[in-house]
Amino acid sequence: MKKLRYMTGVTTLKLDQDSCVGCGNCETVCPHAVFQIENKKAVITDPDGCMECGACQNNCPTLAITVEPGVGCAAYIISGWIYGRENASCGGPNGCC
Amino acid sequence: MSENESACACTSKSSQVALMPSMPSSCVSESCCGASMEKASSMQNHEKAGYRIMPFVEEFIPTDAGDVPMIRTELTYGDILSNINVRLNIKRDDYKIASGLYAVGRPSKDSPVVVTANYKLSFDHLRKALYGRTAWILILDTLGVNVWCAAGKGTFGTNELKRQIGLTGIEKVVGHRKLILPQLAATGVSAVSLKKQTGFEVIWGPVRTEDLGLFLDNDMNADKKMRQVTFGLIDRLVVIPVEASLALKPAFYILAALFILSGISPDIFSFKIAIDRWPLSFAAVLMGIFAGTVLTPVLLPFVYGNAFAMKGLITGFAAGLPVALFWGSREGAQGMIALMLITVSISSYLAMNFTGTTPFTSPSGVEKEMRIGIPLQVSAVILAIILWIIAAF
Repeated sequence: MKKLRYMTGVTTLKLDQDSCVGCGNCETVCPHAVFQIENKKAVITDPDGCMECGACQNNCPTLAITVEPGVGCAAYIISGWIYGRENASCGGPNGCC
Repeated sequence: MSENESACACTSKSSQVALMPSMPSSCVSESCCGASMEKASSMQNHEKAGYRIMPFVEEFIPTDAGDVPMIRTELTYGDILSNINVRLNIKRDDYKIASGLYAVGRPSKDSPVVVTANYKLSFDHLRKALYGRTAWILILDTLGVNVWCAAGKGTFGTNELKRQIGLTGIEKVVGHRKLILPQLAATGVSAVSLKKQTGFEVIWGPVRTEDLGLFLDNDMNADKKMRQVTFGLIDRLVVIPVEASLALKPAFYILAALFILSGISPDIFSFKIAIDRWPLSFAAVLMGIFAGTVLTPVLLPFVYGNAFAMKGLITGFAAGLPVALFWGSREGAQGMIALMLITVSISSYLAMNFTGTTPFTSPSGVEKEMRIGIPLQVSAVILAIILWIIAAF
């Protein structure tokens, strides 16, 4: 995914290296190779490659990773602005996903 | 597959044999009338009033957790045709199969278990990738939604996987405690809590189903390429029909509104003027949809800008220019600008909405570009309406 890049400096992804045990789960599940294990600790090497899918957070055994995952389509975000983030949907029962 | 078929009549002494009193105890010949009697009986025993056995089920094979449907790995023309329809947004909402356990080939207690969603397209990709292999397929109920979207929404999640493990009795079917999951399911499934709650270990498979064969041959190891999502030209082309068709319904309302706006004239409303001017605005709308849902996805890596709203603005400008310049000149400067604004605002919005389809845009990024993009798009629409009305006077 070198050619296709999105907005820079926006990701909510955070890693607390002190609680990281270096298991490598995040490196395995990340679909954009955002993490690398260096000296038995995970390092965020490409933060702007993050699409905030939440796979790393969900599979971190020590809760060292936090990110605010969500659906990244305009219709969903507009619905979140109107009805609140918890009630957001992309077009009700006939929506896209 | 042929190897398995010839072996099946002789080797599987299942409970079904006992249900067929006329069946000889020796091996049944397949030569006389096609399918073996044993296979036919395995199908008959699963017939149920009001139900139909799915065409991809070849026969039922016995396991310690009951009979499991063994499926074909070759897609039929019917499968391919309905898969094309789904890509065209026809009957896409209810394209699912029953969740549960399926068999590929004649799997044993050591065979791998591959997990996927009950979206028929996901299922078809998976069985095609397992051609000539033996494996168990565990299908989760994701309401007919694909793996990644379902994982994002939590339906392809730890709880559903736990539920299906319980329902299918998979622990009696296989001797090992390993499940191969598509890597993109990691958004919904926590391998750590699944192991704690069920004892089953998650092996993260490749991102793309087509790499599964290589992954299995490689002792369940995925290289870097298999772990990363791509969005090449073919991937982008495939999603265009659905994108465009989702834009058509709102386009209908816009066109209806434009018909009324086109007829506003010194006589308050003139049907004749509306019919005369409407096709121009119609063309501007179509160009906006074309630029937003076709041009932008196709040219995605090459159009300037990180924000998709910006990309859509550029493609919309290029697509709208011929309409405004050559056909719109009779509407004067105001009319031409109005037509351009219609095309550009529609294209910019649709391009921005395309972020929901791409596999690399972050919600934080989308929200950031929308905070700037939406006010601009709305202003452009208001200005377009004013100029389009003024142009008639």
